[in-house]
Amino acid sequence: MADSQHPLDAERIEKVFLIITAVMLLTFLGALFYSAFGMGMHLPDREEQIDVREVRDTPPFDEPGVRQVGDNEYEVVLLGYAWAFQPREIRVPAGAKVTFIATTTDVIHGVHIEGTRMNFMLIPGQVARVEGTFREPGEHLMICHEYCGAGHHIMYGRVIVE
Amino acid sequence: MSTPVVASPTGFDLPTAQKRAILSMVCLGFGALFIGIINGLGQALNYASVDILQYFPGMRDYYQGLTVHGVVNAIVFTFAFANGFLALTTSRALARPLNATWLWVVFGLMVAGTLLAGYAMATGQASVLYTFYPPLMAHWSFYLGLALLVVSTWVTTALIFIALRSWRKENQGERIPLLAFISAATYLMWTVASVGIAISVVGLLLPWSLGLIESSDPLLSRTLFWYSGHPIVYFWLLPAYVSWYVMVPRHAGGTLFSDSLTRVVFVMFILLSIPTGFHHQYTDPGIGTGMKALHGALTFGVFFPSMVTAFTVLYALEIGGRRRGGTGLANWFLKLDWKNPALVAQVLAMLTFTLGGITGLINASYNLNQAIHNTAWVPGHFHMTVGSAVTMSFMGIAYWLIPYLTGRQLVGRGMAVLQSWIYFAGVLVMARGLISGGIDGMPRRTNMLEAAYSKPSWELAGMLTGLGGTLMFVGGMLFFAVFAATLFFGKKTDEPMDLPLTTTHHPPKTRGWEVKLDRFRYWLVAMLILIAVAYGPFLVQYLPAAFESPPYQFY
Ligand code: HEM
Ligand SMILES: [Cu+2]
Ligand SMILES: [Cu+2]
Repeated sequence: MADSQHPLDAERIEKVFLIITAVMLLTFLGALFYSAFGMGMHLPDREEQIDVREVRDTPPFDEPGVRQVGDNEYEVVLLGYAWAFQPREIRVPAGAKVTFIATTTDVIHGVHIEGTRMNFMLIPGQVARVEGTFREPGEHLMICHEYCGAGHHIMYGRVIVE
Repeated sequence: MSTPVVASPTGFDLPTAQKRAILSMVCLGFGALFIGIINGLGQALNYASVDILQYFPGMRDYYQGLTVHGVVNAIVFTFAFANGFLALTTSRALARPLNATWLWVVFGLMVAGTLLAGYAMATGQASVLYTFYPPLMAHWSFYLGLALLVVSTWVTTALIFIALRSWRKENQGERIPLLAFISAATYLMWTVASVGIAISVVGLLLPWSLGLIESSDPLLSRTLFWYSGHPIVYFWLLPAYVSWYVMVPRHAGGTLFSDSLTRVVFVMFILLSIPTGFHHQYTDPGIGTGMKALHGALTFGVFFPSMVTAFTVLYALEIGGRRRGGTGLANWFLKLDWKNPALVAQVLAMLTFTLGGITGLINASYNLNQAIHNTAWVPGHFHMTVGSAVTMSFMGIAYWLIPYLTGRQLVGRGMAVLQSWIYFAGVLVMARGLISGGIDGMPRRTNMLEAAYSKPSWELAGMLTGLGGTLMFVGGMLFFAVFAATLFFGKKTDEPMDLPLTTTHHPPKTRGWEVKLDRFRYWLVAMLILIAVAYGPFLVQYLPAAFESPPYQFY
């Protein structure tokens, strides 16, 4: 009830406020649910584990690089180590389905292909597998975005979409 | 006996010895912040391609400074302030002294922890950043120091709950005074939350750095870190909320809307703070998407108490503004007491927190997180939460707390008000820079000045970061001028002082379901169940851990 000491009908406003809150919450969650399952925008999932001390002898990481694996499908086997990526330069055609299979040989690193949704961590012993498509031709920086020691800021690569 | 409004109605002044211990904690906290802010200036200017870090004595590289910035600001400052402030609020609310010796133990643990971690950081043996992810290894004193800082919060928890238990014995059947309830709720949440970091630091990393264990499991330690690392943000925030709920209404001349709603909010933080840690690991391999989605949905649950807080705070301010003659839709806002530094700092803090909350919602948004994860966006976001909403609130609290603890009047009220505005403007500009840069792919935690890559479009973002950071620095230094002047030169008064405490529009109920809100035991059980649901499946799948990663010291 409003009076001079309490010049607001706060109980009513509170109800409206909480209803708006509930509607917003459901809208946001609905949008997320749709984008993940309707549009297929997934996060990195749990994949296999490997022994970080033997990464370079464990397939497919014994041969880092880009491979065509299907009609319009490519696989990028990517290694991060202090302080570089291998391969440093990745060339893929626009519109192709590209799967990154990546890990680290030493500390934690990160991969962000700037201008895209490709953004994942490289954690010792864990294999990251991320899929995506580069729609337009162009060049993107591939940045190590997790601190990995004194040379962290020199660790990067390039993705060239042809 | 009548039920107290928010704190014991009899009034209570803390014994001098305890005030001294609490004052020491608050000074330690702000001392840490002083160092942190100087480093912050160096980082912000680094993004603007201006190198002042080279003039910092003993500074080896950017990452050494960044480690110091993270540790002293996010751990020492926040812990020291929370330990002192919430020990005080509990004691006042229950009208009982705490154990002065143990308060000094809390202080001593923090000093020892800060010195140990500080030694490792200063000598360049711990440039691992405040997240210290293995297999990057720091000197053992770094881990030991962090452990002691965490233990200091546990001793505070014990002090708070011991006081609460004896109060309950003497006041059976009464509602816990609101101020004591929300203080205790904060420490209950954090104590359960900090177990993850404690296991990782004491059980794995400390012995590892001493050579007792050979290898680490990076994903396990990272998961334990974020088990504590998300709730820690609420441990930073809730002391500010205590002030926003119970003290800001008093500064504003308003009133707290509802006792029950306030308790519900803090209970929700007890329940929802912890089972959400995977939202910091959305982009991690090794964790299933199902569990990530569960943590994401639970994170959105925190939206509810946040909106209740927005409502309650706006209510208190609006009532205050209208009682001061404000009318219309927004004119009441202008009528607030803009000359009261304690109020100005905290109202501006609330404004930045609105933006911090919105950006936080974006971070939490599952796949949307991939657009900004580990970019400069992230520090853009959290300087609007912990870096300003919390920090400015603690500064605002200091404007009455230092006079309360020392019996000296605040020196430089005008400068104190100005300080808040400058810091506020600074954080908005810096966040604008970091956020726009982040959306454009500019990374965080990166020495941009020496980076091997760059993009022309990052230049403006970097410049705004540097400009905003400089303003924040100036605002911060003005705060320290007011702080030190008050501490050393403030005029002594004999007037008895009390904490600024509000009254409540809907007072506590003495019957009905609301009474059960006070049973911390129920919430503890519910909290543990939620944690088991959120982390159990991952652990079952993941364990036994693979301790295979050899240590590296790449710095
Ligand atoms: C003058 C005030 C401040 C300025 C100019 C400033 C500036 C910065 C900048 C530019 C960064 C990003 C560095 C990077 O990612 O490379 C940063 C990181 C950070 N800041 Fe601040 N900051 C200030 C105050 C604060 C305060 C008050 C807090 C908390 C209470 C805080 C907490 C942090 C944390 C936790 C990080 C992350 C460190 C990391 O990534 O390891 N800062 N700060
Ligand atoms: Cu890196
Ligand atoms: Cu979080």
